[in-house]
Amino acid sequence: MAELTYREAVAAGIAQEMERDETVVFLGEDIAKAGGVFKATVGLYDKFGPDRVRDTPISEQAILGAAMGAAMTGLRPIAEIMFSDFLAVCWDIVSNQIAKSRYMTDGQVSMPLVIRTANGGGARFGAQHSQSVENWSMMIPGLKVVAPSSPADVKGLLAAAIRDPDPVMFFEQKSLYATKGEVPDGEHVEEMGKARVVRDGDDVTIVALAAMVPRAVEAADRLQAEEGISASVVDLRSLVPLDTTTIFNEVGKTGRLVTVEENPRLCGWGAEVSSIVAEERFWDLDMPILRITTPHIPLPSSEELEDIALPSVARIFETVRNEVD
Amino acid sequence: MAKRPVKKRASKSAKVPTPSATATLNDDIGEEKRLEMWRLQLEVRHMEQRLHDLFFQNLIKGTSHLAIGQEAIASGCAAVMRPDDYTFCTYRGHAHTKVRGVSMEKIIGEMMGKGNGLLGGKGGSMHLTDVDKGAMGSYAIIGAHLPIAAGAAWKAQYLKTGQVAFCFFGDGTTNIGAFHEALNFAVIWELPVVFVCENNLYMEYTPISEVTAVEHPAADRAGAYGLDSIIVDGNDADAVYRVARAAAEKARNGGGPSLIEAKTYRHSGHSRADPATYRPDGELEEWLKKDPIPAYRQRLKEFGISKKVIDDIEDAVLAELDAATEAAKNGAPPSEDSLMTEVWADGGSSWRN
Ligand SMILES: Cc1ncc(C[n+]2csc(CCOP(=O)(O)OP(=O)(O)O)c2C)c(N)n1
Ligand SMILES: [Mg+2]
Repeated sequence: MAELTYREAVAAGIAQEMERDETVVFLGEDIAKAGGVFKATVGLYDKFGPDRVRDTPISEQAILGAAMGAAMTGLRPIAEIMFSDFLAVCWDIVSNQIAKSRYMTDGQVSMPLVIRTANGGGARFGAQHSQSVENWSMMIPGLKVVAPSSPADVKGLLAAAIRDPDPVMFFEQKSLYATKGEVPDGEHVEEMGKARVVRDGDDVTIVALAAMVPRAVEAADRLQAEEGISASVVDLRSLVPLDTTTIFNEVGKTGRLVTVEENPRLCGWGAEVSSIVAEERFWDLDMPILRITTPHIPLPSSEELEDIALPSVARIFETVRNEVD
Repeated sequence: MAKRPVKKRASKSAKVPTPSATATLNDDIGEEKRLEMWRLQLEVRHMEQRLHDLFFQNLIKGTSHLAIGQEAIASGCAAVMRPDDYTFCTYRGHAHTKVRGVSMEKIIGEMMGKGNGLLGGKGGSMHLTDVDKGAMGSYAIIGAHLPIAAGAAWKAQYLKTGQVAFCFFGDGTTNIGAFHEALNFAVIWELPVVFVCENNLYMEYTPISEVTAVEHPAADRAGAYGLDSIIVDGNDADAVYRVARAAAEKARNGGGPSLIEAKTYRHSGHSRADPATYRPDGELEEWLKKDPIPAYRQRLKEFGISKKVIDDIEDAVLAELDAATEAAKNGAPPSEDSLMTEVWADGGSSWRN
C-alpha cells in the first residue's frame, strides 16, 4: 500500500491503463505539458509522449467529438473537461451523440471512452465552477456515471472505466483532490456498479456520494459518540449502474434511509434512490425517507454562504439526530 | 508532433478541368470510374425518388430529407474512397450511405421502420449507419459530426492506417460553433479528414446568403484556418471527383485536412413537410437545367460510351431497386424484444442490479 492523494491517484490510474493498452489515449485542455489545472495529470506527457497525451484548444465540442470519433473507430480515449460546468457547452456530443449512438445503430457502434471532469463545490469558485452535475448524466440513457470518494477508488474505478466498453462519465470531486489515502500496490481495478458500505450501523442508513461520503462518515461518528445512534454509511460510487442490492440490504437492516447529495434539490440522484426504495422496500421503512441536499439555488461564492449551502457534517448530524430520535 | 509551418492564406479556388470536345476516356478519370459514378448517381436518384413515393403511399413515417439534385457530390467522393475510409454525413444522408455500397433493401427497410432495416428500426431516416461499409453514421444535430469525423481521422493518424475520414454537411452548418471548432482542431492536429460542404443555397427555409457574413459560406472561412479556398461545381461528378481525390491524397500523405465547398441545389423541399414555396420563381427551373443526371449521361455519350452500356446500368439499378423495395415491404416489424437491447455493449439496457 502506498499513500497517494486523490489527484495523484488520477494520474496513477491513467498511467496504469496506458501502460497496458496502446489504444488508450488522453486529450484535454492543459492536460499534457502543464499536467492539468488541478495537477491531476502530472507526468503523463513525459511518460507517454505527445502522440498519446495531447493538449487541445478551448474547444469542448471538438474534444468530446474527437474522443467519440476515435472511440467508435477503435481507440479508448480519455477526455478531460476541465470543470464539469463546461459540459454544458458540449452537452450535445455527450447526450445526443455519445450516449445514443449504440442504440440508434442497433449495436453497430461501440463507445469505449471516459470523460473525466472536476465536479462539485467547496472551492469558493461561484456558480459556474462549482456545480455537482452528476444528475445531468444520470438521466441520459446510455451513460455510465461514476464518482469516487477516495484515492483508491479513483485509481481502481478510473481503470475500470477505461476498460469498460461503454461511455463513462467520471466525476472527480475537486474538493477531494488534496485528500490522501492508501492505494493498493500493483495493478488496481475496482468493479464498476458496486456500492461500498464504508461504515457499519444498525439504526439508520446514510447513502452518500463523492465529497459527501467523508462528511457522512464524520457525522455518523458524531451520532454514535454523542447520541448513541448507530449509522451505516453507503458510498454509492456509481450512479449508473446503480447498486440497489447494497442499498436494500442496509435499509433492510436499519429501517431508515437518508441520502446526502451535493447537487441542488430537484432531480438529484437521491430522489431516484428514494423512489426505488419507496416502491420496492416500503415495508422495510420505519420512518419517511429523508434527502439532505444543497438548496435549489445556484451556488454562491462567499465562503460563509457556500458552507451553509452544501450539506455539512453539522447539517447531516442534526438532520439525522432530529429524525431518528 | 512536428511543428507545423505557418501557411500563407490561400485564396485561389481550385481549378477544375472540364472535358472538352476532344477529351478521351483515357484521361485522369477513365471509363471504369465514370461508369461507377454513373451507377452511384443513378442509385441515389432512383432510390430517393422511390423513398419519396413510399412516403406518399404512407409506407414511410416520420421525416426524410432527400438529396435529389445533389447526387454528384456523394458519388464523386465515394468513387475516391478506399473501402476502409470513413463517411460521416447528415440527416440528408441516404445518398452518402448508399454510395458506400450499403444495401438498398436495408436502407428502405429502415425508412419503413422494419425489423430488417439497417438499424432494426431504431434509427430511422436521419441516422443511417453501416459500420462494415465505413458509413459511420448520419447525424441529425447540425455540426456535431464534424468533430466526430476529426476523431475518426485522429485514430487513423495514431494507428497509421492511411484511412481518410470524409465529412459531409450543408451550407447552414458553417454557422454553428462545432464547424469552427472542428476545422481549427483538424488543422492543428493535421488530421486526415476531408470536410465537404454541400452548398444548396438554403439552410432549411432561409437562403444562406441572408444569414451568413460571407458570400461562400465554407470557402470564405477556409483561410481563417490556413486552408485553401476550394469551390467546386457540385453538380458535376467529375469535378467533385478531382477535388476530392486531391484532398484525399493530401490527407493520406500527412498533409492534413481540406475544406471543399460544392455548389448544388436540392430539387425538393428541405424535408418531406416542406413544399419549398420560399424559392423565387424560376430558380428551380434554372437548376433543373443543371441536373447532374442528364448532364452526366450527356458526358458519357460525349466520351463515346454506347447508349446500351449507359442504359443497361440504369436498368440494372432499377431492377435492384424494385427487388429491394419488395423485400423491404415484406419485412416484419421489429420484434418487441429489440426495444430494450443495445443500450450497452453487453447488448442490454440494465442500469441497476
Ligand atoms: C443544432 C441544430 N439546430 C437546428 C436544427 C434544425 N435543422 C435541421 S436541418 C437544418 C438546416 C441545415 O441546413 P444545411 O446545413 O444547409 O443543410 P441542408 O439541410 O441544406 O442539407 C436545420 C436548421 C438541427 N437539426 N440542429
Ligand atoms: Mg443547405
